Amino acid sequence: MDMRTPFTSGAREKMKLVMVGNGMAGVRAIEELLKLAPDLYDITVFGAEPHPNYNRILLSPVLAGEQTLEEIVLNDWAWYTDNNITLHAGCKVTQVDRVKRVVIAQNAAGETVSTPYDRLVIATGSNPFILPLPGKDLQGVLAYRDIADTQAMIDAAAQFKHAVVIGGGLLGLEAANGLMKRGMQVTVVHVGDWLMERQLDKVAAQMLQASLEARGMQFRMSAQTAALVGNDSGRVSQVEFKDGSHVPADLVVMAVGIRPNTALAESMGLHVNRGIVVSDTLQTVTDPRIWAVGECAAHRGIAYGLVAPLFEQGKVLANHLAEFGIGRYLGSQTSTKLKVTGIDLFSAGDFMGKASGRPEDEECEEIVMSDPAGGVYKKLVLRGDQLVGACLYGDTVDGSWYFKLLRDGRNVADIREKLMFGESNIGDVGHQGQSKAAAMADTDEVCGCNGVTKGAICKAIKDKGLFTLDEVRKQTKASASCGSCTGLVEQILMFTAGGDYSATPKLKPMCGCTEHGHQVVRDTIRAQKLLTVGGVFKFMNWRTPNGCASCRPAVNYYLISTWPKEAQDDPQSRFINERSHANIQKDGTYSVIPRMWAGETTAAELRRIADVVDKYQIPTVKVTGGQRIDLLGVKKEDLVDVWKDIGMPCGHAYAKALRTVKTCVGSEWCRMGTQDSTQMGKDLEKAMWRMYAPHKVKFAVSGCPRNCAEAGIKDVGIIGVDSGWEMYVGGNGGIKTEVAHFFTKLKTAEEVLEYTGAFMQLYREEGWYLERTVHYINRVGLDYVKKKILEDAPLRQSLWAQLQAALDGEPDPWFELQEAKVDTRQFVPITTA
Amino acid sequence: MTAWKEICRVEDIPVLGSRRVARDQGLDVAVFRNDADEVFALLDRCPHKGGPLSQGIVFGTSVACPMHNWTIGLCDGQAQAPDEGCTPHFEVKVEHGVVFLNADELMGHAIELTRPIAGPVSRKTTTNP
Repeated sequence: MDMRTPFTSGAREKMKLVMVGNGMAGVRAIEELLKLAPDLYDITVFGAEPHPNYNRILLSPVLAGEQTLEEIVLNDWAWYTDNNITLHAGCKVTQVDRVKRVVIAQNAAGETVSTPYDRLVIATGSNPFILPLPGKDLQGVLAYRDIADTQAMIDAAAQFKHAVVIGGGLLGLEAANGLMKRGMQVTVVHVGDWLMERQLDKVAAQMLQASLEARGMQFRMSAQTAALVGNDSGRVSQVEFKDGSHVPADLVVMAVGIRPNTALAESMGLHVNRGIVVSDTLQTVTDPRIWAVGECAAHRGIAYGLVAPLFEQGKVLANHLAEFGIGRYLGSQTSTKLKVTGIDLFSAGDFMGKASGRPEDEECEEIVMSDPAGGVYKKLVLRGDQLVGACLYGDTVDGSWYFKLLRDGRNVADIREKLMFGESNIGDVGHQGQSKAAAMADTDEVCGCNGVTKGAICKAIKDKGLFTLDEVRKQTKASASCGSCTGLVEQILMFTAGGDYSATPKLKPMCGCTEHGHQVVRDTIRAQKLLTVGGVFKFMNWRTPNGCASCRPAVNYYLISTWPKEAQDDPQSRFINERSHANIQKDGTYSVIPRMWAGETTAAELRRIADVVDKYQIPTVKVTGGQRIDLLGVKKEDLVDVWKDIGMPCGHAYAKALRTVKTCVGSEWCRMGTQDSTQMGKDLEKAMWRMYAPHKVKFAVSGCPRNCAEAGIKDVGIIGVDSGWEMYVGGNGGIKTEVAHFFTKLKTAEEVLEYTGAFMQLYREEGWYLERTVHYINRVGLDYVKKKILEDAPLRQSLWAQLQAALDGEPDPWFELQEAKVDTRQFVPITTA
Repeated sequence: MTAWKEICRVEDIPVLGSRRVARDQGLDVAVFRNDADEVFALLDRCPHKGGPLSQGIVFGTSVACPMHNWTIGLCDGQAQAPDEGCTPHFEVKVEHGVVFLNADELMGHAIELTRPIAGPVSRKTTTNP
């Protein structure tokens, strides 16, 4: 059969892409491919099941009668037609000839279908493992994997009474729950000592079991099945155990695990080891024309079974099929967050702790909160100062937070005593302390930052077919700002779309324009001495010709902070506020905040400000929280004149730079004051203004421990005491109030300048763009910063010297416009009259 | 026949940047230049909350609104999914390095659209006189 399309002039013949398997991972890869290169291939898909692609995770709600089969279809028949995909559903691929490059299959009618390929994707998923028991072939003995199994279970539940589920893992319990809801008496047979031993420790599992028993589910724990016994008509009638006991069974469901489905790949001679072995580009190591994706693929020895990693793989695969050739899959870290019959469970990492019996877990410590009557149990496992595992039952809202701490390897010594009580006890949160998404009404606000209700999130998940946290963030903006409601959003995702979603790629790229993360970009700029934004894009193979609004400002900052006075500062890669040196307001006007050294001003300055307000009819004058004066509603055309007429230095209130230095009155006037905080503030401000940083920077100086300048919530807070100055770092008064860490005690004002400057320079050199000092310190650890600044005097002095050198001669953008590369054309509109 | 109005030279617009063109009536027109010296013209107003697109970061053939980072296509004014909305776009031509806008559009296209109101003028005066 000649499948080639006739060659027409001007049009290249399309390549033929064939996919074996029509499941979630493979079809997602095709969807991604169509987005990138809709016309590159003639696509043919073979699916063994006579259905279009459906959401396998939601078979349990179908079994339980909560959803219908129609509702769980992800891509209906029309989707395949609309995208010109030839779908052979109910058609089993029997052979692939790698030499002739032909896929040979057999359809339901027994006819042979063969399709040639240029490129082949194997997405055959996995098969349930069937215990080799006597009687396993009797009628009424099933696995639980696909629509046919589910339908057979539904049919059996309508006729019969007794069901036995072999396997007390997630799938088994979901099957048992569904059958129970359909009126059957269900016994779960489990070989282990406790349920879900791969996800739960014994205490949590026993709580789960008790809760399921209360609903009528029966259990045979530590039970070894010997045989399945049939009746005269060849249907199973009971399950026999090795101890001689037995339970009646009209239906037996085996849910003892899955195996990657690699039979076809093995027959093709592809290298298989716990799955079809693939590289970071999902290409099989045997045949460069063949890729494998999903549960059948083994990447670095792991065959993933969760949705998020498989979709991540699909994205990378699509990129290579589209011949972009730049994505790599680097593996995923996974956690388990399960919904079993309305019970919240979460586990991640080494949740067993010491109880695992492994020698490396000997050192583990555990923090446990247990309230069996209240149905809540939390166990956190620490090794040294790091969280390495978590197991939560009943209250899982902090699961994603623990997972993040675990994944980031953050040093938790400073929050250890509060760790158990969750993220909401560390700082302020924006969702009224809600912890159970299920208990929230549709109109309740989940994300306080972006005003997103639970109903809006549910609707977006359903309407747009969202699967991952990132997708929900992109579509709804929920949890996309401060992130404190991430746990709630994940819960909603779980209830609405099923399954678990807390898997994330190990390395987060800066943005969609590159595969590289912030650290790699920084390191490369330093190592290669890159000096322009375009040079970075070229050297690091950016996917887009000139980046995007997210990566360009970051790269520009890395350039100017790494190579001061050498790198080329690109104004068009800066956010508008740093391009116009004023703060844009919602109506397109700007605000102007002049620098008022340490919050001290004079009658002459105030008079000039008053005159400017009159002259330019500035509608609002407001005193800021940082002891300065904000003029709001300045027209862009007036900015340069306003600056000139005020005659005060630029306040950088618009920039990722040193903003205010807030001070109290101090010993000059205050009867309590022990130090001259105002002068200290002026000195700090004059030393470090014009300093660009990864994010905005705020200082405060108080003259005594009463701390009227609120130095405890600033990036650097200095508090005068009788014998000198205390220095605090990493405070933040923003979305989450973060109290600064005590850093060190200093004697003189010169020391305050040196230590503060050195800390700032370290942050400037190592902080990722848009990372506040608190987040930088959380990432690298306070001990690390102390080692660099406190213990290494030569390094400290050199950092301070570097900062001074970088700032020496830096222009004031309000007065030295040319030196500051301010494009003055922006202030004047073009007129055509 | 289209009447064209001379605006400026291409090099008067920064590369990967923009200029505002004032009009007798209605909001400014923003003219953008990409890195291939192509010029695009949109009403200087984001379809989301009315932010001035001329102040955004230009990349590829898109501009990111400075207000809430919506991405707007320079060719057609369409917001990039998942956001939905469209900014009126203007006919533009470049001849011998000179940028022209359609004179009729410059005069009358999308003049009814306004900026959001900010500041004391937006204060409600109905209660508590």
